[in-house]
Amino acid sequence: MIKDKHKKYYQSLTRNMILSAIIVSFTPMLLVICILLHQFRVSYHEKTYAHLSELVQKHKQNIDAFLNEKLANIRFLAINNSFETINNNDFLQEKLFNLRRDYGNLFVDLGVVDENGIQLAYAGPYGLEKADYADAGWFKKARQVDSFISDVFLGLRGYPHFIVAVKQNGSGRGYLIRATIDFMAFNSLVQNLRVGKTGYAFILNREGKFQTNPAMDYQPNHSGYEFFWTAVEKTKNKILITRWKDDAGIENLYAVGSLKSGQWLLIVKQEAADAFSDLKRMLNIAVLIFMIGGVAIIFMAFYTSKRMVKRIRRADKDKENMNQQIIETGKMASIGELAAGIAHEINNPVAIMVEEAGWIGDLLEEEEFGQSNNLEEFNRALVQINTQGKRCKEITHKLLSFARKTDSTLKDVQLNDIVNEIVSLSAQMAKYNKVIIETRLQKTLPYITISPSEMQQVILNLINNALDSMEKTGGTIRISTKISEVEEEHIVVIVEDDGPGIPEANLLRIFDPFFTTKPVGKGTGLGLSICYGIINKMGGKIDVQSVIGEGTRFRIWIPIQK
Amino acid sequence: MNGKEVHSVNPVAPETDRIRLLIVDDEEGYVNVLANRLEKRHFDVTKAFSGGDAIRAVRGQDFDVAILDLKMEDMDGIEVLKIFNQMGLDMEIIMLTGHGSQEAAREGISIGAFDYLTKPCELHELIRKINQAYRKRKKSE
Repeated sequence: MIKDKHKKYYQSLTRNMILSAIIVSFTPMLLVICILLHQFRVSYHEKTYAHLSELVQKHKQNIDAFLNEKLANIRFLAINNSFETINNNDFLQEKLFNLRRDYGNLFVDLGVVDENGIQLAYAGPYGLEKADYADAGWFKKARQVDSFISDVFLGLRGYPHFIVAVKQNGSGRGYLIRATIDFMAFNSLVQNLRVGKTGYAFILNREGKFQTNPAMDYQPNHSGYEFFWTAVEKTKNKILITRWKDDAGIENLYAVGSLKSGQWLLIVKQEAADAFSDLKRMLNIAVLIFMIGGVAIIFMAFYTSKRMVKRIRRADKDKENMNQQIIETGKMASIGELAAGIAHEINNPVAIMVEEAGWIGDLLEEEEFGQSNNLEEFNRALVQINTQGKRCKEITHKLLSFARKTDSTLKDVQLNDIVNEIVSLSAQMAKYNKVIIETRLQKTLPYITISPSEMQQVILNLINNALDSMEKTGGTIRISTKISEVEEEHIVVIVEDDGPGIPEANLLRIFDPFFTTKPVGKGTGLGLSICYGIINKMGGKIDVQSVIGEGTRFRIWIPIQK
Repeated sequence: MNGKEVHSVNPVAPETDRIRLLIVDDEEGYVNVLANRLEKRHFDVTKAFSGGDAIRAVRGQDFDVAILDLKMEDMDGIEVLKIFNQMGLDMEIIMLTGHGSQEAAREGISIGAFDYLTKPCELHELIRKINQAYRKRKKSE
């Protein structure tokens, strides 16, 4: 039963140690990892966004520059040549050749279109002289402005291209110089822009149509596209970065910038997972470290806690053994004191008896009892008395050297009986010290289950101490028992004297083992520490109050078992 | 019985002068019977039943040897011994102790007592000690 209780105690101790070790180790680790991860995440996002933003900004400038350059080429041609000069297929052919020499196959063809949309002159591979552009979208728009760059369209030739046109006035009428820019050459400007594994760029026009061939299969989501436009218009020339879930449910990063005076959008799209793959990897590593650390912590917590509890257990056991030893030592000491008292008391009457017998012997010699028939018998009886007297002496001597182990078996006892027993044992010693022992015992005390020998030892010890303290002065020892009013379900035993009292400094150490104020060889300093140990073992408690010059009071509470 | 010529079988013959003894013990029965037996052996015995009695007795009379119980109700034997010492008495002292209080006896010897015996003791042993003490006292005179 007690072993079981101990086992439970150590189990809960182990559990508590493990828990606190884990909590104490995990909390800072978790905090540090979370804070670092958060910081890393924020700065990584910033970095990624900055990178995308810079990329878009750069390409936006490149593309704008590219378009403006092409426009400038055509404007240059238009301004420096009169309508008459330019409205000539051969002239155009020459200019186209020059342009192709400078820019490769970028320029597909050149043409001059009058204000009615009829192509007056043409140089290029498609033979589009006299082509009528009056209904073409680009023409309608180009007529309104000085210079114009169209969206990409298939047009008459059925091949994606866009048109750069400059409006001129000459010879009394307006006309347009137009050039077709090869889509593929333009497309390469954007198509080569790749970010990570999934990032690519494309250009959308106002209608949400691709102006470049996207590297991936992508259908712009209309509402998303609208959002881009409004957002870009709001942020003016800045690069907009946003996250968007596409129809497939994949989250994407979009970096959006406006092109061509806000007519096109340059969009770089990258899957968020790809953009933040390093972050993800970092997170995975952190989780891995956390888990390995966690496993290590848990293992160490278990291992060290179990080891420590094992040590504590061993230390407790050692302590218990030592306490037992101390109790034994103290028992011998107090029994020795008691025995010495008894021995002295018995010695006196025995001495008188033996001497009286001797006196009878003396008298028998003196008187003339020689004739008495019973003389021999008298002498035999006297010798017998002498022998038995010696035997008594031996017994008292044995008693003095006697040191039995106190019986710690539990019994149901009436505390008052124990008190009375000890009081009568101590009476003689008290008489010598001129000390009166008074008892005030409550008659209705319940039986308690304790070791009577141990309880005797405690009370005897307290009485002996009181007697020692009043050795010179004499006084009164009052012993009272009652049901405690302070502690519920406890019997209280009070042993108080009106001796010299105990100084406060000593009071604090009074229950310490080997603390004694008696001269060397007179006291072991174990008595009260043994009492303390015994009462503790009973589940009770002991305390002491003392006033110098007035006396000392020991109180013992012993629990009443149900 | 005093003055009566006795042919005795005492183990120890009395010295030429009667030895003046003072027996101090609070056990009256013991003192009485011891006094009877010692007087029978030609000692001049005075009884004292307490430390106070003993001090009063030595004030009025000289003694050769005192037998002093160490544990008495009114006064510790050692205290009595100290007072005797202070009075500068020319007297040897044999202490009687209980078993286990030899320490006190040794203390007594250290402050001038002749020897000690453990109670109860054999009469002949006591007489032997008394004679030893007496001889010592005679020698030192």
